Amino acid sequence: MDNIIRRRTPGARLLRAGLYALLLVMALVYLLPLVVMVLTSLKPLEEIRAGGLLSLPDSLTLAAWLKAWGTACTGMRCEGLSGYFMNSVSIVIPAVAISTLVGALNGYALTKWRFRGANLCFAMLLFGCFIPFQVVLMPMAQTLGWLGLASSTSGLVLVHVVYGIAFTTLFFRNYYVSVPDEMISAAKLDGAGFFRIFWRILLPVSGPIITVSVIWQFTQIWNDFLFGVAFAGFDSQPVTVALNNLVNTSTGVKEYNVDMAGAMIAALPTLVVYVLAGKYFVRGLTAGSVKG
Amino acid sequence: MSQTDSPPRRGANAGRHSLSGTLERVLPRLVVAPSFAVALFFVYGYMIWTFVLSLTGSRMLPQYDFVGFEQYARLFANERWNVAATNLVIFGGLFIVICLILGLVLAILLDQRIRQEGVLRTIYLYPMALSLIVTGVVWRWILNPGLGIQSLVRGWGFEDFTFDWLVDPDMAIYALVIAAVWQASGFVMALFLAGLRSIDDSLFKAAALDGASLPRVYWRIVIPCLRPVVFSAVMILAHIAIKSFDLVMALTGGGPGYATDLPATFMYAHTFTRGQIGLGSASAIMMLCGVLAILVPYLYSELRGSKHG
Repeated sequence: MDNIIRRRTPGARLLRAGLYALLLVMALVYLLPLVVMVLTSLKPLEEIRAGGLLSLPDSLTLAAWLKAWGTACTGMRCEGLSGYFMNSVSIVIPAVAISTLVGALNGYALTKWRFRGANLCFAMLLFGCFIPFQVVLMPMAQTLGWLGLASSTSGLVLVHVVYGIAFTTLFFRNYYVSVPDEMISAAKLDGAGFFRIFWRILLPVSGPIITVSVIWQFTQIWNDFLFGVAFAGFDSQPVTVALNNLVNTSTGVKEYNVDMAGAMIAALPTLVVYVLAGKYFVRGLTAGSVKG
Repeated sequence: MSQTDSPPRRGANAGRHSLSGTLERVLPRLVVAPSFAVALFFVYGYMIWTFVLSLTGSRMLPQYDFVGFEQYARLFANERWNVAATNLVIFGGLFIVICLILGLVLAILLDQRIRQEGVLRTIYLYPMALSLIVTGVVWRWILNPGLGIQSLVRGWGFEDFTFDWLVDPDMAIYALVIAAVWQASGFVMALFLAGLRSIDDSLFKAAALDGASLPRVYWRIVIPCLRPVVFSAVMILAHIAIKSFDLVMALTGGGPGYATDLPATFMYAHTFTRGQIGLGSASAIMMLCGVLAILVPYLYSELRGSKHG
């Protein structure tokens, strides 16, 4: 945009410098919690007690990380976060894969084979994006019990797939709408069937939206706490629930460095994904909320 | 959400004339049917189920002894619920307003051909990738009076500095706002930035030719153009506020006492730990009503807007 001050008058330069300074200060504010988290997790406990939230550690140690991973107490047990981390992994992978696949097929069927009632059907599915999940907790707890899936990771996979479909369908539908219908009609005239067209025409151009969907679902499910705390048993808790237990376990001395290391362990997978594929993460966030 | 653009309906007609017509016409429906059934049962069915539960006297276990709207009467007479509902208004209002202002300012500043814009954007937005539990744990550490910011500033020589919102029943709700704004304001910034980028450059040029100053251009021309973005952002933020559960659990646990209870934590506590399923269900239905109260006007205007556009 040509609306910025382009003349290099001293005043304009000063304004420009002020702008950069302001943006940098804000960046520091946003970074501060992460910095504090990392610094604290690397300090021995004595140094933390001596104060100095932002002081650099005198002696770097990974002890807190090792403890958070392997031996810290989460409620009654003292086996660290490792097992719960793996629970999260085993919930996330199938739930993301299934919900993305179903969303892709839904989006394809709803846009390229517009049967009567397709729009109504989509609108009804979409409502699932908006409900406060508190309204389904109790019935879901009962249903999982009847299905024999209570307190299991399979139960959580089911829950995340059920409530993820609305989002993945939304992503794929809005993406496939912009794929030219002429290509599909031509393929239909050539006698290509439903799945063949999906496989040969839609899927090859779906790379970006698959990435968006996978990242969105991964972040949502990894970061979920409500379903985890409501439906998981001791052996199937996701890492967010275990982290909350770890922080709230009040036996002996409060080990802030272990808390922070635990928080880092729970945060790292989504942070890494964000840093590597931030563009797609943002697209998922804004999908549908800004037109175009 | 923009689900209303309608592509040409040629696809359906072509299908009707193709060779394996019958199967091809049924197949798309068969593919969507399971998801539709799932939504019917797990979304709509459960909503009705929870509503039915809210009309019963269920305590530890769901049972179906209907008591009419007694649970709702109990709910509104419940001191803790009133605290939770008031908290939601305070928390939600501040959260939305601060996020909007901060997001808009950051977006406008970032839209001035900034070098390294991508890096800055990444930094402003990364909290959104974190679990609210992580956010809660970190801010609980930063805000704790003993070793956090308070002791840091006192260490700089300001011995009287006090910042103990986290343990002050009157102020703890504002501590929640701080953490929530930190988490979500970058996202609002991204929304506004996308909105700013979609505004036609010629608007700026025309205004500049007229001799309008930059702040004036923004105030009079740009910000009004962003109204749809504001609308979406408010919707999303209000939604986040109503659903807020994780953050409260990790940052304050609803305390001190129940000073920072929100409807979501109230519902969870009564349904799962206090053996008040009927009351908990009634509170869940109230939350649903809250979401609908925001959603219905939004969808209405979206659908209306798309007919004109």
